[in-house]
Amino acid sequence: MNRKLVLWLPFALMAALFISFLASLSNSPEKVIASQMVGQPLPEFAAGAAIPEQPGAATADFRDGKPRLLNVFASWCVPCIAEIPVLMELKASGVEVVGVAVHDTSVDLTRFLATNGNPYSRIGLDQGGRAQIALGSAGVPETFVVDGQGKILYQHIGVVTEADKTKLLAMLGVVK
Amino acid sequence: MRILKILIAAMLLGAAPAWAQDLADISLSDPKQESQALALMDSIRCVVCQGQPISGSNAELAGDMRRIIRERIAAGDTPEAVRTMLISKYGDWVTFRPQLKPATLPLWIIPLLALLAGVWLVSRRLGWRQN
Repeated sequence: MNRKLVLWLPFALMAALFISFLASLSNSPEKVIASQMVGQPLPEFAAGAAIPEQPGAATADFRDGKPRLLNVFASWCVPCIAEIPVLMELKASGVEVVGVAVHDTSVDLTRFLATNGNPYSRIGLDQGGRAQIALGSAGVPETFVVDGQGKILYQHIGVVTEADKTKLLAMLGVVK
Repeated sequence: MRILKILIAAMLLGAAPAWAQDLADISLSDPKQESQALALMDSIRCVVCQGQPISGSNAELAGDMRRIIRERIAAGDTPEAVRTMLISKYGDWVTFRPQLKPATLPLWIIPLLALLAGVWLVSRRLGWRQN
């Protein structure tokens, strides 16, 4: 009896494995891919001015002792519109928001900012996704908290909402 | 007919510079480097259309990754160095080929253990028959 059980064991194991593989194959929700750059210095990037009225964005801009937000966005990104009012409020609280626009054009950005508002102090036009990949960003919108020494403290994936404001302000060291 | 040929030639000449630069979709001139790049692209997961390798994805970010892979390999980097760079950005998730490290050790050890257990079971079974 015992021996028979032992002989069935491999079959039972295989069956269990098969079922678990099948389950994870048929049930794979979109995963949020977090950047591995959190806790590390901001990678080297330099994105030229996205619109003529404002300077571009580069790593060097983040090392002057002032914590900032780095917002990865795009004019074609619908959820990005939703977070502009919250970014505007953060700006009003004294937060500097640096924008990195991905897969975008100057003309589209000008129209986007005119329609939705412009919370950015600088906007870099990311050519060929170089800044985005350097940051480990997988989509838009994403917002990174960068400290005054240029270290990435936190990555917020998705729309920044009212509920996220307090946390972001605390991380940026802005007392309300 | 000749006019048509000249026209087509002119159109091709005009079109070539537009995409000759973009390594997202254009092969490297060195076939060995290109095959290394392609093999790597087949095993790097697209972070937008998840589950697809970047070699078969239409997402712009996948194109950006293909461009960076070709550039780095053309510049002399090994495919594994480029894979390591991408893992350092997006984590283990981005590669379809698991790396050997403490967290992934079971992936490599369990099949070996299973094989050993199987050999042990079979040898015992055969042993009974002989007795």
